[in-house]
Formats: sequence, C-alpha cells, structure tokens
Amino acid sequence: MLRGGLIGAAAVTVFGILLLFGDNYALRLGTTVAMYVTLATAWNIIGGFAGYPSFATAAFFGLGAYTSGIALSNGIPLSVAWAGAGLIVALFAVMLGLCILHLRGHYFAIGSLVAADVLREITNVWVSVTGGGIGLNLPLPGGDAETQAKLFLCVMSGLAGAACCAAWTLTRSRLGVALRCIAQNEDAAQVIGIDTGRSKIAALALSSLFVGIAGAIYASWTIYIDPSDVYDVSLSVKPIIMTLLGGVGTVTGPIVGAFAFLGLEELIWRNSLEFHSGFLGLLVVALVLFLPAGLGQLRVGSIWTRIRTVLPPEARP
Amino acid sequence: MLWLQVLVNGLALGGLYACIAAGFSLVWGVLNIINILHGSLIVLGGYLAFFAHLQLGISPFLFAPIAGMLLFLPGFAIQRVIISPVMARPVLMTLVLTFGLTLFLDNLMLVAFTADYRKINLQPPLGVLEFGDVVLPLDRLYATGIGLVSVGALWLVLRSTQLGRAIVAVRMDRDAASLMGINVRLTHAIAFGLGTAMAGVAGALLAAIFPISSLSSSGYLGKAFVICVLGGLGSVPGVVLGGFALGVIESYGALAVGPENALTMSFLLLIALLALRPTGLLGRKGFT
Amino acid sequence: MDADPDGPPAGGEAVRSLLVLENVSQRFGGLLALDELSLSLKQGEVVGLIGPNGAGKTTFVNVVTGVLKPTSGVIVFDGHRIDGKRPDRVARRGVARTFQIVQPFPHLRVRENVAAAALFAGGVASQAEASRVADEHLAFCGLERDADKPAGSLSLAGRKRLELAKGLASKPKLLLLDEVNAGLNAAEIDEALRLIAAIAARGITLLLIEHLMKVVVQSCSRVLVLHQGRLIADGPTQEIMRDEDVIEAYLGRRYAEAQRGAGI
Repeated sequence: MLRGGLIGAAAVTVFGILLLFGDNYALRLGTTVAMYVTLATAWNIIGGFAGYPSFATAAFFGLGAYTSGIALSNGIPLSVAWAGAGLIVALFAVMLGLCILHLRGHYFAIGSLVAADVLREITNVWVSVTGGGIGLNLPLPGGDAETQAKLFLCVMSGLAGAACCAAWTLTRSRLGVALRCIAQNEDAAQVIGIDTGRSKIAALALSSLFVGIAGAIYASWTIYIDPSDVYDVSLSVKPIIMTLLGGVGTVTGPIVGAFAFLGLEELIWRNSLEFHSGFLGLLVVALVLFLPAGLGQLRVGSIWTRIRTVLPPEARP
Repeated sequence: MLWLQVLVNGLALGGLYACIAAGFSLVWGVLNIINILHGSLIVLGGYLAFFAHLQLGISPFLFAPIAGMLLFLPGFAIQRVIISPVMARPVLMTLVLTFGLTLFLDNLMLVAFTADYRKINLQPPLGVLEFGDVVLPLDRLYATGIGLVSVGALWLVLRSTQLGRAIVAVRMDRDAASLMGINVRLTHAIAFGLGTAMAGVAGALLAAIFPISSLSSSGYLGKAFVICVLGGLGSVPGVVLGGFALGVIESYGALAVGPENALTMSFLLLIALLALRPTGLLGRKGFT
Repeated sequence: MDADPDGPPAGGEAVRSLLVLENVSQRFGGLLALDELSLSLKQGEVVGLIGPNGAGKTTFVNVVTGVLKPTSGVIVFDGHRIDGKRPDRVARRGVARTFQIVQPFPHLRVRENVAAAALFAGGVASQAEASRVADEHLAFCGLERDADKPAGSLSLAGRKRLELAKGLASKPKLLLLDEVNAGLNAAEIDEALRLIAAIAARGITLLLIEHLMKVVVQSCSRVLVLHQGRLIADGPTQEIMRDEDVIEAYLGRRYAEAQRGAGI
C-alpha cells in the first residue's frame, strides 16, 4: 500500500514537472513511459495475475492503432475513435480468447503470438482500407506542436492511471481472486466453482482494452502508422520484460519496470543506433538469467552467486 | 492439369518443410522449450551456405550436412550455458530468454550481412523435370530429398543408437531417466545441439532455392510452429506429415486466395487447429 | 445445452436420491474405465467406495464432478442432470471433492484458500464474509493456527485437512473424499475419522473413496465395490465384508495390507 502510494505520488510529481517545464524531448519521454506503464500493467492482468503467457500485446496495439486511424481518416471525432478502437480490440480479444484460452503453456503462447502476424498480413493485403504496407497517414489534431505534445502526455498519462486503477481494483475483486487461483492451479480453481473460462476471457478483454486504446492514442500521436511498426513483435515482448523487471503479479511492479526499462532503452539508443535490438536481446538474456524475480532482487553479491551457478562446475573459480 | 501441378509444387516443398520443423519439434518435445531462436539459426545456416558457395564454390546441397555439423556445437554450448539454468522455470521465462537470443543473433546478422536478400545462383542451373504438362524444378527435388534424408537420419539416430534411446527416455520421464543413470543435462544439451544442427541443414537447403535475408527468421519460425501443430508435437513422422501438409496447403492456398494471402491463411489455419485440435492431426504422444 | 444450465428436473426416484447414475460408461481409447455403472446415493448417507487400483474409483469421481464427460449414461444430482456439465457448475450445484493428490493454491494463505472456495462454490456474497466463513471452517478442521501461513508450507496432514476445509466451504450437499487418509499416520487417521463423523453429523452426504478398511468399517453404513469399472457389490458394510465375491476380488489380499497400512 505504502509503496503504491509513494509511486503514485512520484508519478504525479513527474507528470506535473513535465507539463510545466518539459521540452519536446522530455514530453516525448514522458508520453512514452506512460504508454509503457499502460502496456506493462495491461499485460500483467493476463500474464501476471492469470498466469497466461500472452504474446498478443502487439496484436491488440496494432488493431487499436489501425481501427482508430481508419476511423479518424473517415472524419470520426478523436475521442469516439479512441474509445471505439478500445472496444473493438476488446471484442477481438474475446474472440481470440474463445479460440486459444483453453490451451495452456506453449500452445497458448504460440496462438497469442500468431494473432499479430495474422492481423499484420491482413493489414498489408487490404490496401484499399489500410493503405497496405505503405502505411496510413492520420489527420493532424489542432494546435501547435507544443500543445499537441502536452495533450498526448495528458491523455496517455490518464490512460496509464486508469490502467493502474483497474489493476488495483482487480486485485481486490472477486475476479482478482479467481485469476490468482487460476494462475496457481487451474483444475483446483474449477473444482471450487470458479468459471475459469469466463474469468480468463474477462482478464484478456480487460487487458486488451487498455492496449487497444494505447495503440489508438499512439497512432494519433505519431500521425503515421505502418503494419511493421504497430504489429511489431517487440511490442509483445517489451511489456513482459518491464513486468519481469519490476515484479510479476503485483500492481506496482509493471510501473517500476516501465520506468526502469525506458531508462535502459534510452541508454542503449544513445550509445548504439545500429545494434540496439541486439543489446536489448542481451539485456533480456541477462535479466532472465540473473534477475528472474526482478529489480527487487538486485544485490551485488547475489548477482555474483548467480553467475557462478550459471557457469559449468569446471569453470567456477 | 493445374491442380496436379499445384500438388507437385506443394509436395516438392514438403521434405524441406519437414526439415525446417524437425529440430524445433525435437527441442520442444525433449526439453519442453519453444526455441524462438530456431528461425534465426535457419537463416544463419542459409548465410553459411551462401558464403560457402560464393567464396569456396561448394554446392549448397553438399554443404547442407556441413552446415549441420557447424551449428551443432554452438547449440550445445547455448543450451549448456544459457538455457540449462532456466530449464525448470515457467514457460514465460524460457520463451523470453530464447526471444532475447533471437534479437541478438538477428541484429548481429543484420549488421554483418545487411537486410539485402541474397540468392545463390547455381552454375549451371539445374533445370527441370517435365512430365507432360507438369514441371518439377530439380533444385526443389534435391532440397526436399536431402531434407527428407536428414530427417530420416535424425529418426534413425533416435530409434537405434544409445544416444537416441537416452534422448527418448529423457523425453518420456526425466526423473526415471536420471535414475537409470542417464546424464540428463548432457542429453538435453545434445538434443538441443541436434536441433540447431537440423536448423543449419534446413537453412542451407532453403538458400539453394529461395533468397535469404536476416529479416526472414520469424517467417521460418512461424512455419515450424504450424508444421508441429499440424503433425502433432514431438514425433518425426508427425513432422514429415506436417511438412507435406503445409506444403500442399500453402500451394493450394496460393492458388485459391492469391499468393499474397498464403501466409495469413496458414496462420489462420494454425489458430483454427489450436482451437479445435491442439494435439495435431495424428494426436499422439511420445517421440518415435 | 449451455442455454439451460440446470437441465430438466428428473422425476421419480431422483427426488428421493441425492445422486443417481444410470448406465454411466467412460471409455479412454480401448480402455473401458467405467462400464455401465448404475447406482444411487441417498440424502445424508455415508458411503464407502472401494476397489483395487485401476478399478475406476478416481474416474468415477472425475465423471461425477464434471472433470470428465461420460461417454454414455445419465447422472442426476439433486434433481438436475449434471453429466457433461463443467466442473465449476457442478461445484456450485453442491458437489465438492477433495483430491487424492492434494491441490492447494500454494501461494495463497490457508485462509485465502478456504475463502476462495466459499466465495465461488459456496456462493458467499462478499470477500469479508468469505474470510469469516473460512475461519469457521478452519477452526472446525483444526487449522485455525495455520490460517495466515502460505498453503504450500503445510504438512501433508495439514494439506489434507485444508482440502476438507475447502470442500466444506463450498457448502456441499455431497462431498467426495478421494483418499483423504492416504499417507497419514495412525494418530492423524483417528483425527480424520473424528472429522468425517462430524461432517456426516451436519447432514452432508459423504462418499469416501478409500483403501483403508478401518476407515470404511468405522465410517460408512454402506459400501460400493468397483472392480474393472463395474459395480460388483453394493450393500450394508457388514454384509459386504462377508460377501464371497468381494473377498475373492479384493478384500482377501487387500484386507491385511490395509490393516498394516493403518499402522495397527
């Protein structure tokens, strides 16, 4: 509780400072971190609370971006387009869930991973509506560059706040109890009367709703989207890494993880444009090997112990 | 006779597809790990074959077994050093780990070889076989034949060598195998090495027919998924069945909905299969 | 099917009997695990289900609780068809079970485990209420001192009692106890016997799947004997203990083992 309050206060302070004094770069970083918080918190609902290793974040994000983009191109107002995109993505998540949520482990992971590929290919081919591989230009929202940047910071932060509130409410709700039981022992959960199918679909839909709206806002923010960008598999993996960094299955974990991840990403971007996804890969490997329980586990001594256990016996000093 | 030509096109890819998926299926079955890295290793095998042809003039068909041998050791080492410590962890961890390795290797290849598509030009071209109206390019016939032979060799290793029996025993019951005196850690590393070796063979054969690029690793990984789910996990006959099934389905799919939709169709097919029959068409357990 | 969650109420005998199975079969490939099984349990009975390993006892539990959909046959519980219904629906209708291999939610506290059962199968309205109900059941099962421990940290005997508490929190009309005594020592079994008697005294119909004859003889008024998926005997406990077929098929060899297993 205390930790949550502190993190919330810190986030609001950062938001206020950015809004008052932030330059363009700072505003961009702020909006990005708000988006990351949203994605990681949303993933945590299905991946952390319910324990289902979903790789469908990119699918929900891209579908949200394109739904909203197409709606805006046809003159639909901004707020309607964003909310509508969220709802359509949630509907898609329900259908996807009906197809793959009865699967466990690897099979579920694959099914969720493929969802983004299917949507990307359909977007690529359906040129008349989506613009195909060339991408889609969105109409500019009004106002000068700085007003726009502040608008998107506010909207994305609001969404992140809403996602965190939803996650916090969830931990205290019946559905939250059901998801925790499902994550630990699904068969036993069903035997004590939990409608596991409906609970899992609810979790996936709630998760996808926030991801879809985040995609919609992202599309308006960047003004231009293309399939390889918004359906990129790294969008599915980054929220997982952030959540692992901060701690899986907690409300504050994804928030902390998102900030930490953005910091690392900026560091890598600055120092290596060419090899940044390679560094990201190394970071992921190091994280899984040395910090599987997240940053909370970070102690210098323990890292050395981990390194020693990873080395084959004959190579240990 | 269009349908016959389409059938031949599909079958001519079947053995190659079986080869793409065999190592992936072996690793999944024996180590209970989805090796996301598999697609990148196929691309790496392809590049090795490309440069072996360009620099040394070795035919990719002859080079295929060499590519397999070259990739065995790195696979063995990766399993031993990086994957072994997380074997007992939840699915999510091993998936994220091998994904990280893929990001690294893909980026490495992108920097080293650029994103350009490279094509091996066989001199002289192999030409085609003709049966009436039906045409069969010889390069595809060779690739699919060598692919099948490699998968068959893997099958023989599993069936009739002591090492193979150890691998099968570890797959069936890790603890019992350990009690029987089998070194489970070593067996895991060897099985993973065999998996990467098969990826190397498949990559070399692919490079003989198709242009390769460091961007195409996820496409090969997707095919390996589909083939495993089609044929059922962890069986060599299943992989062969799945490989030919995917070849034929893609071939007819390209005819029916256009080649640009063929990939979408095979992915939709995968989701449909997962929804209805996740144990595969054969639906059996056990690596045989 | 799903549009009508309750199924048609069945008339006649089903009204007097709590659970009725008619010609229920379960086939796994070539293996017939349950073969045309027909039986009924009356409200308030304590019945033992015995049989050698592989006789189909656990399959029987899985079929009744909805984990398996029977290949053929009809199961009526409390006037409603339940064959092929999902486990959570069967649970909410009033069928609870314990697992032969205990299945706690290891990272939840002991109290939270029981509260979850009360919240879902037990139909308790709020989490606060569920927590209060859970404490009652924990006290009843002698686990009140462990309420705040993670369930994964309990001893085997503790986890077996946790299973019972979860089962009770589900507010069952019928409780299926799948080998709740396996692996316990003599003192723990005596404790479990007292608990079973106390549960029966509440009017809950009990079906004990047991290997230990001592438990069956002491607790059950009636015994069902399964052998190779068929019901080979069904009657008052004392009669079954004298039945030649049963002794031949099962007890002759098992009885002595069971006595040893009970630590006597």
